[in-house]
Amino acid sequence: MDYTLREWVALSRNTSLASAAIKKQCQESDQPVSAVRDTMRRHLHCMMEAVRDGLNENLRSVSGLTGGQASKLHGRLLSGKALCGGLLGKATAYALATAEWNACMGKIVAAPTAGACGILPGALLAMMEERGVTEDQAVDALFVAAAVGESIACQASISGAEGGCQAECGTAAAMAAAALTYLEGGDAQQCVDAAAFAIMNLLGLVCDPVGGLVEVPCVYRNVGSSGIAFTAADMVLSGIRCPIQPDEVILAMKEVGDALPASLRETGEGGCAGCPCMKDACRICR
Amino acid sequence: MDLFDLIGPVMVGPSSSHTAGAARIGLTARMLLGEDVVQAEIAFHGSFAKTYQGHGTDRALVGGLMGMQVDDLRLRESLTLAREAGIVISFQQVNIRGAHPNTVQMTITGRSGRQLMMEAASVGGGNIEIRRIDGMNVAFTGKENTLVIQNTDAPGAIAAVTGALAEMDINIASMQVYRRQAGADAMMVLELDGQLSDEDVKIIQNIRQVRGCTFLKRRNG
Repeated sequence: MDYTLREWVALSRNTSLASAAIKKQCQESDQPVSAVRDTMRRHLHCMMEAVRDGLNENLRSVSGLTGGQASKLHGRLLSGKALCGGLLGKATAYALATAEWNACMGKIVAAPTAGACGILPGALLAMMEERGVTEDQAVDALFVAAAVGESIACQASISGAEGGCQAECGTAAAMAAAALTYLEGGDAQQCVDAAAFAIMNLLGLVCDPVGGLVEVPCVYRNVGSSGIAFTAADMVLSGIRCPIQPDEVILAMKEVGDALPASLRETGEGGCAGCPCMKDACRICR
Repeated sequence: MDLFDLIGPVMVGPSSSHTAGAARIGLTARMLLGEDVVQAEIAFHGSFAKTYQGHGTDRALVGGLMGMQVDDLRLRESLTLAREAGIVISFQQVNIRGAHPNTVQMTITGRSGRQLMMEAASVGGGNIEIRRIDGMNVAFTGKENTLVIQNTDAPGAIAAVTGALAEMDINIASMQVYRRQAGADAMMVLELDGQLSDEDVKIIQNIRQVRGCTFLKRRNG
């Protein structure tokens, strides 16, 4: 059974959104709470390892298009000069590290996809280091993120080939926004409002990978989408309500995705992929 | 949906469709062949043909053929590992009319000389669909417990298989049957609610009309 955001909020009336999501997963997989939490904890550990390995400055992808950039962003943060500062600075550097590690055939957790795999772990790991979020709390937040992701997947799409990058980075930012809101004590309605704000800010984003590869602009969009997740959460936590019903924002994303021409849905033709200067940048593109 | 489809799978990058899906296709082919692969002729279609090097589709597929899972870091070196193991591999590009953009066709040969021809597509998020086996059109994903049976098209074959499953107290969720022509090669693909033990598989294998039998265990995430 898949739930809309409105249904998730109703299911969380007498409990937390995290508990409602964990309960659903236990019922559908016929496993105890401890088992599904352990699986999610292993995913969290994999996210930590990906950030660590992705920060290596010598990293290069097979195509030569990406790798080693996260180390620069992280270095600027460590020097104290980063405009974003500690929390967001870490979240963005970690998002880029994860996305680059993915581009270099590292081991990552799709969240919800491999192309958008940096946004959610970046946000959570930064919260753990900067705000004292515990591993158990981060596991709960991952279930909140998964619940939001499910609502988007079942009402729109999480595939760039179908719905453009809004479906991948947009969904990941929505999942991260909900997770951040949850960790800061927001209730279920606030979590889904934050998710809707994130999607609203990424609506229409096209999927235009150079050479068809998950590299340019994908890894850099993990950085920007990370910022949108944080600002969406802060808006909601300040008391701003999303003026549009969150599920309707998801349906709007579906409508926009359907309207995108094929050249902007992961075919490697339009947008950034079509820029003449990128024709020679890739060592192995055909 | 399984919530671990949203946070997961844990996989070697860079693409759930072009890398993880390719590894799963290779792994499924290896299981259907039922023995170690010594030769593989691989043909990529569409987006697979255009981007397979940058996405590591070639490495993921070969890794899968060698039994590696989607999160196995050895996927990255699978081409070297295959060469060292003496596995002969060739890649080419094909254009298959009407096929999904992420489609691969392959002919693999096992240690005993047994051959399998398979066409499969990676349809997004690491999910796959097997479209053709040994010249017969099929359609299954391998996500659920799946029993794939190669048999002779003869009266009683289906009854014998379903009867055996009934004896084992295994419920059938869905069933598809295919045949090349009357009385010739045929296939059954059954999705099951329960799991089969090695002994169960052997019992089905021993049914007179059954020539080959593979059980693909339900995948998590």
